[in-house]
Order: sequence, then structure tokens, then C-alpha cells
Amino acid sequence: MSLFIIVALPFLGALLPGLFIRAGRQACFVATFTVSALAFIGLMTHLPAVLGGQVATARLDWLPDLGLNLNLFLDPLGFMFAALILGIGLLIIIYARWYLSRDDNMGEFFSYLLLFQGAMVGIVLSDNILMLLVFWELTSLSSFLLIGFWKHLPAGRQGARMALTVTGMGGLAMIGGMLILGQIVGSYDLTVILENRELIQASPLYLPALLLILTGCFTKSAQFPFHFWLPHAMSAPTPVSAYLHSATMVKAGLFLMARMWPVLSGTDVWVTLVCSVGLITMVLGAFIAFFKNDLKALLAFSTVSHLGLICFLLGTGTTFGAMAAVFHILNHASFKAALFMVAGIVDHGVHTRDMRKLGGLRHVMPLTFVLATLAGLSMAGIPLLNGFISKEMMLEEAVHTTLFGSPLLVAVVATIGALFSAAYSFRFISHTFLGAERDDYPAHPHDPKAGLWFSPALLMIPVIALGVAPFMAEPFVRLVTEAVVGGVAELPEEHLALWHGFKPALFMSMIAVVGGLIWLALFSPLSRMWESAPRPEAKDIFDTLIKALANGAGRFSRTLHDGSFTRYAAIFTLAVVAVGTHAWSTGTAGGATRDMLRVTPIAAMLWGMLIAATCFLVFYHRNRLAVLILMGIIGLIVSVSFNYFSAPDLALTQISVEVVTIILLLLALNFLPNRSPKESTPIRRTRDAVIALIGGAAVAGLVWTILMSGFPLASISEYHLANSYKGGGGDNVVNVILVDFRGYDTFGEIIVLGIAALVIYALTEALLNGPVRAKLLNRDFEEARAGDAHPLMMVVLTRVMMPVVLMVGVYIFLRGHNEPGGGFVAGLVVAIAVVMQYMASGFAWAEKRQRYPYHGIIGAGVLCAGLTGIGSWFAGEPFLTSAFGYFRIPPMQEFELATAMGFDLGVFLSVVGAVMLLLESFFRLGRRAGTEDSEYAIDIDPSRTSTAEEG
Amino acid sequence: MTHWIIAPVVLPAMLAAILVLVARFHISLQRTLSVAGTVVLLGIAAGLFWQASDGTISVYQLGHWQAPFGIVLVADRLSTLMVLVTAVLAPLVLLYAIGSGWDTRGRHFHPLYQFQLMGIMGAFLTGDVFNLFVFFEVLLIASYGLMVHAGGAERLRAGTQYVLYNLLGSTLFLFALGTIYAQTGTLNMADLAERVATLDLADNAGIRVAAVLLLLVFAVKAAILPLHFWLPASYAEAPAPVAALFAIMTKVGAYGIIRIYTLVFPPDLALTQGLFDTWLMPAALLTLALGMIGVLGARRIDKLVAFSVIGSMGMLLSAVAVFTPDGIVAALYYAIHSTFATAALFLLVDVLRDRRGKAGAWLNDAVPVAGGPLVAGMFFVAAIGMTGLPPLSGFVGKLLILDAARDSALVWWVWGTVLIGSLIAVVGFSRAGSQIFWRSHQVALVQADTAECEDEEANIADLSPPQPALPMVAIGSLIALLVALTIFAGPVTRNLSATAAQLFAPEPYISAVLSMPGKVIKSDSYGDDHADDATKQTDEGGH
Repeated sequence: MSLFIIVALPFLGALLPGLFIRAGRQACFVATFTVSALAFIGLMTHLPAVLGGQVATARLDWLPDLGLNLNLFLDPLGFMFAALILGIGLLIIIYARWYLSRDDNMGEFFSYLLLFQGAMVGIVLSDNILMLLVFWELTSLSSFLLIGFWKHLPAGRQGARMALTVTGMGGLAMIGGMLILGQIVGSYDLTVILENRELIQASPLYLPALLLILTGCFTKSAQFPFHFWLPHAMSAPTPVSAYLHSATMVKAGLFLMARMWPVLSGTDVWVTLVCSVGLITMVLGAFIAFFKNDLKALLAFSTVSHLGLICFLLGTGTTFGAMAAVFHILNHASFKAALFMVAGIVDHGVHTRDMRKLGGLRHVMPLTFVLATLAGLSMAGIPLLNGFISKEMMLEEAVHTTLFGSPLLVAVVATIGALFSAAYSFRFISHTFLGAERDDYPAHPHDPKAGLWFSPALLMIPVIALGVAPFMAEPFVRLVTEAVVGGVAELPEEHLALWHGFKPALFMSMIAVVGGLIWLALFSPLSRMWESAPRPEAKDIFDTLIKALANGAGRFSRTLHDGSFTRYAAIFTLAVVAVGTHAWSTGTAGGATRDMLRVTPIAAMLWGMLIAATCFLVFYHRNRLAVLILMGIIGLIVSVSFNYFSAPDLALTQISVEVVTIILLLLALNFLPNRSPKESTPIRRTRDAVIALIGGAAVAGLVWTILMSGFPLASISEYHLANSYKGGGGDNVVNVILVDFRGYDTFGEIIVLGIAALVIYALTEALLNGPVRAKLLNRDFEEARAGDAHPLMMVVLTRVMMPVVLMVGVYIFLRGHNEPGGGFVAGLVVAIAVVMQYMASGFAWAEKRQRYPYHGIIGAGVLCAGLTGIGSWFAGEPFLTSAFGYFRIPPMQEFELATAMGFDLGVFLSVVGAVMLLLESFFRLGRRAGTEDSEYAIDIDPSRTSTAEEG
Repeated sequence: MTHWIIAPVVLPAMLAAILVLVARFHISLQRTLSVAGTVVLLGIAAGLFWQASDGTISVYQLGHWQAPFGIVLVADRLSTLMVLVTAVLAPLVLLYAIGSGWDTRGRHFHPLYQFQLMGIMGAFLTGDVFNLFVFFEVLLIASYGLMVHAGGAERLRAGTQYVLYNLLGSTLFLFALGTIYAQTGTLNMADLAERVATLDLADNAGIRVAAVLLLLVFAVKAAILPLHFWLPASYAEAPAPVAALFAIMTKVGAYGIIRIYTLVFPPDLALTQGLFDTWLMPAALLTLALGMIGVLGARRIDKLVAFSVIGSMGMLLSAVAVFTPDGIVAALYYAIHSTFATAALFLLVDVLRDRRGKAGAWLNDAVPVAGGPLVAGMFFVAAIGMTGLPPLSGFVGKLLILDAARDSALVWWVWGTVLIGSLIAVVGFSRAGSQIFWRSHQVALVQADTAECEDEEANIADLSPPQPALPMVAIGSLIALLVALTIFAGPVTRNLSATAAQLFAPEPYISAVLSMPGKVIKSDSYGDDHADDATKQTDEGGH
């Protein structure tokens, strides 16, 4: 079967349990089992080839530019791990089927399990280290889901998060390490990397790469000081623990160390680091495990310890060490999976895993007792069981290892580790099963159904067989070791055997077993000491740390983003000025090329007014009406300045914009307090003033230099001046630019205007649906209101002016193309004419006489402009291409018609519609304020009063 | 000359006008037209993308005026790519808005949505910096309207800050354009590229200021530290579909940087050495760090996602700041990825806000979410995407960025920040997800213990009215896009490599724009006389 299919099967199959659970738990189980079994069978079809020394490969390009490809290969090392993952996976699936209760969602569980399985198989078959990283992180993610499976348990959630954080951290470190490795070798393909030992070890980047990769391995395999997550992952359902912590997840780190063994091992750093970390973990884990009362906690720490053991073996860098490691991986997987399942059986039967409440179970659970004893003794390293063989090899290796210059150190530490290891194994057996039967079990204990004991029982076959006849495994172990060593060194002479003669390892073993028994005998006093001794609780530290980090991060980001706009603006200003100044000061300025203009008295006066008005505005900014008036002055002076600089179009536009703006702002002021309150301290105001001055000075400086230095290169405006009439049919260059050269910009701008009006309308509506409505309805006016809201004189005046103003509007519109004017100004002028009616007689009165909805006018304006542009498509020209011609209708003079007029009409309509819609929005707010709509155009109308009197 | 290039701008503009004109009282008509419009837009965008995919650079002269005197639209690989991404996002977000009923919670959702699309499309397609300003205005004002859609005090407050801050940005844009025009006398990007290259090295202070001011304008849009302050509140408070559409808005800023700083101010330009090439990368990394810190510290899920947007922009810009083709490939890939991931997350946040009862967006205890497994699964996948964990496109993007950073002098800083940042994000997202989806089960148990079981069931039933399928379809599609982006990472990056290559060899772009002849101007004898008169008149009028 193709390697792709083997890897893909669990992933694809992960969908099935979720679906089949609808057909019942049995169907769900069968589906899951079938998927796993197919993958296992698929793997086994490769067995002959693997034994024959062939390496199956499968390659698929995914992201070749980066070197991230779906390349798989199956060598003996990968095969061993894949077989463990899939084989033990099958046993776990059987076990879980009977373990999970009806309250647990089995479909979800099996889906996660298969995802995890797929990710693990992916790791061990990857021939591309980036691909390996993908699977690596996938195991972190899927184990997160598995560990947190019991969502209602806080321990489960916290354990899951902790596992994800720690292994995720390792995974990220490993990304860095792998990228460096790829950089050294120039390829991310594992097979290529494995051939470049000298290149890698000679590289200056070897050390960072090694450290980063080892961080990944150590976190995953729970090596000191990252070991703390593993015991907390025990909150998962027992099948998960059995799977993750015997054969799969935690072995991934060891797998990678074995995989990278040929290129990374053998250096001093490697030996020192990996050996010492392994030894520390082994002893520490074993020591703590002894004192754990929870069966699963004990097994968890024992797992940590055994992982340390294997880590140490890989760290020695000798081929014998590698062989021992391979063998122990096999052995540990078999007895540890069984032990976890036994713990689960006990939990299932007695409803507790606390050894203080257990004991004497051998009477009521004889079968479980037998299984536990076999597996436990194997873990303790008792002869005739497989744990003994590999532990002997470890001790043998320890004797030959020199660390920190001391030949004895390792041997002693290893013996102590083995002693503790024996001790907790014995405690596991004796405190659970031996002793007198108790009468206070939380539940009535009994041996489980076959579904639960089948899997651990099956695992006892290799435990015993390999223990009695280790040579059976030898060819395979040697094959795998060869794959680990990768031809870097010769395989060791030693064989796997029960009896090696009277070697130091044998005595060390004996010391360990006897010492273990003594240690167990001293359990009670030791335990009391342990309980009373202060010891760091990793979980508390971790939780506190994360919590402190999260709180600190929260405080930091909330303080930084405190919602104060003035501060945001201050930072904006300072940042812009700083960067601009930096850019200016690191360049060379060419200096002024123009002379100063002569300052005329009029100009000086106007600018004096401008400055004075601005200063007044700053000082009186709390008085809103005064501000508005001052803004009017400023706007006016700006308009005059435009005119002064020969830009009558701009001046005209600016003036009309000013008028409309002031009217609308006046209406807006109606709803605001007269004065704005003080919201900042004097210090802050001073700070803001300084920043404002800095910003202003920077802009002034920039403008100054621009004005004084002129264009270094000819500007495109020459072309506009030259071609405005010939190409655009208009004398008024500004207008031709607006509606023709850059008509597209204008198209965008009228849309901006239209959107603004729509937004304000929508906003008004939203406001009126909210709490603002009540506020408006209950509004008190600060000052007395005029009784005569629609005075006679004003109404008469505006009525008279209306046709005149409209005429002006039309005039300005029509002459726009050749003289100052155009659709924009015309729109504003016409809008002013209409606004005047509204002001004079009130909105309601005017509204009734207004037949076209403003929304529609805006829409029509945009459409009109757009359609004019589209029209040119039919002439085979691009959007907004203008055409113009000169026509003569007899009584009149010859006149020009340009398509630009259609566009200008669109501009005109949009402007009128937008202004009027704004007005309507204000009116809607005002109406809620309780103003009564007048039916009449004039409040106090002499003619009406007289008719009333007559009537 | 084909008119398709302008269609992404004209179509939504006309559609919006029609919606305002005739359909403003008919929500179903609005919906139909709006969806139809976005679907057609998608078709057009795909066509343009296909057209540009062989390296063709199409130029469209508005008003048939020759560049640089008129405005041109340019459809090259980069702009059509961005147009396509927008066009893919638009219908999905729109479907969500319709399915969740967001479009009926205020006025003018659909016209504003179309105008917003018009603004984005216009910004991507234009070949003229002033026109870019205009479209920035269009998309700003439309986005403001969408942001405050449906009102609410907090939203209005955030919206006001959003629009004020961006007006500061617009003002800066004008300053930058003024400075650029003063130095070069042109506004067309291709012409700018040509002219900037000829500028005198001894008089470079002005153009240097112009270059950095313009970059800062884009930095505001792209939310780069310290110009990011507008983002967290506004994205968190905006209506969900709007926030989802905004996923592309930050990319407009990134697009601006990529376009202008490969074309006009390329990295090897002597005039602008020692500027953004020195500080853009640190700024991007700080942005990344700040975003991730915000993710970890957030107490609300919408804020959390908003901060993750900042983080992702930092990530994206750190790839841009390398200023190599590889960096651009990584940045573009990540941009596409983070657009869809962000959109999916914001929509999910909205679903959660709706279904979590009183807790809303706060990461407090609440009862389980209705439709939990589906929502939780989607959240899990989207969060994996956003935090850049395997196997989704976020991881691929991250690898590309890390790989591209090798060319940077700050490579160790980039690697460190990106990797540690990812870890922080993972912690932040896992805390939030476990609080929302897992802890709620404990809460439910506790409540069931204290209260009557029947009450509890009734309570949950209250919170879970039958959920419409359309929103879930929209979110699911976005996630499917992430998966597709992952699976087809190879072809996608190949395409992006070609895009980057095109950007780093701008001569075809420049010559395509500048060499295209404009309309023939007839010299009309009558007109000439007239023109002379007019010139005289204006001359006199001026004094």
C-alpha cells in the first residue's frame, strides 16, 4: 500500500466516527477500528521489503519553491514506530470502546484519536523536515483536543492548554532549528540531511540548530525542565493517556532524536546536554513517581523517568546506546500501555485511582492483578520480563559513559534511577493489589469484561516473550539500530541476551531491586517527609506565570489603547514629524532657488487676519458659536487667497462650500451645548499645545521649502494648459481638469459626497432608534426661543431671491466649461437657494413642496455621471472620454455642447442631493425635539390673520 | 481597448446608485441585486486575473488621455490578484450579512457595501497616486458608514475615532502628494518611477520626506505601530460582516507599500537609502509583538481577534520589509491567507456574540453555545489558521516569511519575534477557546446542579432559536478557502513568484503605461482662435 494512503487513512477516516456515531456506538467503533486496521495492514505489506533492507519512498510536490514537499519514506526506524503507533492504536481503540461511558461522545473521541494517529504516522514517515514539522504540530493540536476531551473538568482544560503551550513552544523552536538545518544543507529532505554529518557539525550554525531542535524534542518527550506538562495531561480519559504516553506523542521527541542521531549526535555538546538532561529526568521522574498516590500520576512520572532513560541512551552517542534505546522504546511501549490500561480498569472497577483507598484488590480482581504484576515487574526490571533486558543494557552503557570527567557519576546516578524505578513499580503492585481486602472501596470492585482486559493481556505476550527469549527481537532491533546509526558507525558486537555473565550491570541491577524493596518498606516515613517538604508545584508556577503574563499583557494593551483620541493623535503627530525630520536631516537639501515675493499691504493684512482668527479660535474654542464665526472668517480668507493667486474657480468653490458648511454647522450646533466642557488638565493641554506647535512648524517648514525651491522637473500641468481647449473643448482649465482630464477623480469625489450624505442619514436613523431619541424628546433649551420662527421679512426675501439664485446656478453651470464655475459650484448655489426656503418657512412646509426624494437625487447624480462615462464605450472609447462639438440653432449664436456637461450634471445633482439630505437629517433630529410643524409658510402672516378675523 | 478593467469600479458604483435610487425601500430587491452584483464582480475579477496571468500589463486610459496627463488604470499581476481576493471575499461576507440579518439593522447597508467595494477595487487598480487618494477617501467614508451601521453608543464612539484618525491619515496623504508633486511634477506612478530615478542626489531631502510621508500614510491603513491606534476598537465594535470585509482594508495599505516601494522608490534607489529600509522592519516586528500581546491580554473575543489582525499585519509587513522577491511572495501569500482567516474569525465572533446570551463577546462564564460542535470546530480551524499552526495556510505563510527573512540583516530578530509571537497567540487563542467552548460545559453542569434540570434545558432552548444556515455556509466557505490555499500552496506561490518578479522588473509596467498613445487632439482652426482669446481673457482676469 502506498505510504500516502497509510498516512492519509487515519486523517480521512477521522470523519467516519463522527458520522457513524449516529448509527450507534458499535458502528462507530467498527468504523474506527477498520480504518486503523487498514492502515496497519497497509504498513505490514511493507514488512518484507523493510526486512529486506529496502526503503520505500513516496514523493509529492507541495510547495517546491520553499522545499516543503510531501515526501515520505519507510525505513526500519520509521517502520518500528509506525507499527507501534498503529498496533497499539488498535488495542487502544478496542479498550476505549469499552472504557468510554454513554455520557462520553464516542464519535468525537475517535475522530480526535484518528487525527492524532495520522499525525503521528506522518511524523515517523516524513522524509521532509518541514513536512515533519507540520505533523509534529498536528500532534500537539490533536493531543490538545484529546487531553481536554472531558471539557467539564477544569484539570482537563488546564492540562490540555499546558500541553499545547509547552509542546507548541517546542514545536516553534524546532521550526527555527529545522530552518537553520535546511539552510546549512541546502535541502529540507531528511535523506539528504542525514548524509551531511560533517557539513552540519562543522557549521557555526550547528549549535543554535541543535539547541532549537533539542528544545522541540525535550518539550515533546517531557524532559527536564519541560517535564511538568506530562503528568497534567493525565486528566485525559485513560485510553488517551495509555496511547499518548506509552507509544506515541511523548516518543515523538525520542524518535526525532533517533532520526537525527547520525548528524547531530557525537559532539561534546550533544553528549553533555542530552545525557545529563536524560539522567536528571530519569532520576527526578522516578523519585517523584514513588510518592504519587494517584495510579495514573505515578505512571505519568514513571513515563517521564523512562523517557529520560531513553534520552540518556541516545545521548551517549555510542551505537550500543542507540541499540539499547531502540529496544527500550519497544519494551516501554508494551508494558507502559498495559499499565495505563490496568490503571483504567482499576478506576473503572473501584471508581478511584487513589492508592490510599486501594489495596487487596488481588482478591477481587485476580485477572487484573496478574496483568498489573507482569507489566509492573517488567517496569521494575525483573528478569524474564522484557524490561529487564533493556534496563541491563542501560546500566551497562552507564558504566561505560563518562560525564563531566567522572567515570563513576553516570553509573551511580543510573543505579539510583533504577532503584527508584523498581521502588515505584513495587509500590504500584503492592499498594493496589496486595494486602488485605478492604471494605471501604468506593464501588464494588470486579474484574472487567473481556473488552477491557483483552488489550493489556495481548501486550503481555511481547513482555514475556522478549523477556525470556530476547534474541527473537535481535534481528529487528539491529535493523532498526542500523537505521538510527545511518552508517555513521559500526553496529555493536553485543547481543540481546538474558545472561551476560557477571558484569557490573548485573550487580547494579541487583542493588536497584533490593534497594527498591527497602525503599518501599520505608514508604510511610518517607512519604511523611515528602508531604511536609516544600517543593515547587510546576503547575502552580506555570499557571501563575501564564496568568501574570496574560494580566500583564492585558494591562499593557489596555493602558496603551485607552481610547483617548488626543493621545492617539499626539502619537501620530510625533511619529510623523520624527520620521519626516529623520528623512530630511539624512538627505541633502538643495536650498532655495526662488526669490521671496514682495509682501503687499493687502496680503499682509489678510494674513494678519488669518493668524489672528486662528489664535482667537484656539483661545475661545470652548464657545462653539464663536468658533463657527471664526472658522467662517478663516474660510473666507482662504477663498480670497485663492483668488489672489489667480484661482477664481477654487475661490468660488471655496466660498460656496463655506456658506453651506456654516449653515449646516449652525444647524448642528442647535443640538450641542453652547460651550464645550473642559476635559483635560492644564498640563495635558500644555503638552498638546507643544505637540500641535511642533506639528504645525513641521508642516510650515515643509511648505516653505517647497515654495522656495520650485519644480526640479517640468510639471504635467503644462500639458493641461496647452490642451485644455483643443482636447477638452473648454477654456477653463480647472473645469476641464475636473470634468475631463481627471474626471475620474471627480467621479470618485462626488461619490464620497453622496456616501457622506447617506451615512449621515443612516446615522440619524440609528440615533433616533436609540436612547438619543428620549434625550431629544425631553430636551430643555438653554435659552429662550424666538417666538417668530419663520419671520415675514425673511420668507418674502427668500421667495424673491429664489428664482434669481436658481438662475445664477444655471448660469454658473453652463459657463463652467469656459469660465469659472461648473457643476460643483452650481450645485452648491442651487442648494443654498433651496436651503434658504427651508430656513425661512421650516422644513415641513418646504418638504411638502419638494417632489423628488433626496436619496434619489444623489443616486441619479451618480448614475448620470457614470452613464455619461459609460456612454463613451459605445463610441469605442474608454470610460469618461469626452466629445464636444459646436452647434448652431438659427436664432441663437453658435454654441458648444460637450459630453462633459452630462458628467457635470451628475456632479450638480449629487451635490444638491447630498446637501439637502444632510439638511433633512438635521430636520429629523429637530422634529423629535418637539418642534411643531407649521402648516404655513409664515408664522405671523398679516393676510391670514385678517381672513381669520373675517371668518 | 477592453473596458473590463474599469468594470470592478463602475459596476458597484452604478449598482449602489441604482440601489439608492429605486430599491431603498425593498430589502429583498436590494439583497438580490447586491448578491448578483458581487457574483458578477467575482466573474470579472477572475477574468482580469486570468488576463494578467501571462504577464500582460493592461492599461486603461480614462478619458483617453495619455499618461501621465490623464488617469490610467493598470491591471498587472499584483492588482488583479488583489482585486480577485476582494471579489472572492465580497459575496461570502455579503451572504453572512444577509443570513444574519445584519443588513436590516440600519439603513443603506447594501449601497454602502457596494461603494466600499468600489473604493477598494479602485485603489487596487489605479495607476495614479492622486487617484489612489480619491479612492482611499471613497473607501474611508464608505467604511465609516458601514462601521457605524446599526448604531449603538460604543460603536459610534469607536467609529468617530476611526474616521478622525483616518482623516489625519488623509491629511498626511495630501501633504505627501503635495511634496511628491513639488519634487517631480507628476502624479502618475509609472511617470513617478521614471522621474524619481533621474532626480539629483544632491537635492534629495524633499523627495526623501515625500517617500517616508507616503509610507506613513500606508502604514496608517496597514495599522503599523505606532499608527495602529484606530484599529482595535473599531474592528471590535464594527458589525461583524463589516469587520470581516475590513480584513481586506488593512491589505490596501500593504498593497500601497508593495506597489509604491517596488515601483517608485525601489529598495536599491540611492535617493532613499537609510530610510524605511532601516526602520520599517523594527516597526513591523513591534507591531507583531504588540498584536500578539493584545491577543494574550484580551478580555473580549472580538478585541482578541482585532489584535490578532494587528499581529498579522506586523507579520505581513515584516515580510514586505525585507524588500526582496521572496519577501513579497511571502507577504502576498500571507495577505491572502490572513484576509480569509480574519474574515472567518470575525464572523465566528459574531455568531458567538449572538449565541452566548448575556456574556456576549466577554470571555466570561456562559452556557454552551447553541450548535456548539460546529461553531467550536470552525473556531478551532480558523484559530489554527490565524495563529499559523500547521497544517493550514497560516503555517505555510509563516514558513515563507521565515524563509524570506534570511536575506534580512535582522534575521534573528524576525525569527525570534515571529516564533515567540506565534506562541503567545497560541496561548491567547487556546485560553479563549477553552473558556468559551469547554468551560461552558462545566458552567452548564454547575447550573444544572443548582437549578432544576428542566429550567436549565428551557434556558438553553431560549438561547438557541433555530439557527439559519446561510451564515454558517459563509463561514464554512471562508475556511474552505483557507484549506484550498493550503493545498494549492505550490501553484499559488508559483503565481506569486511571477507577481514578485514582475514587481521587481518594473520596466514593462512603466513602458506599458507611458508609451500608450492617448487621444488624437485635432487642431481645429476655429478653436485655435477661440483659445487664444480665452488665454488672453484669463490672463487679464488673473490680475
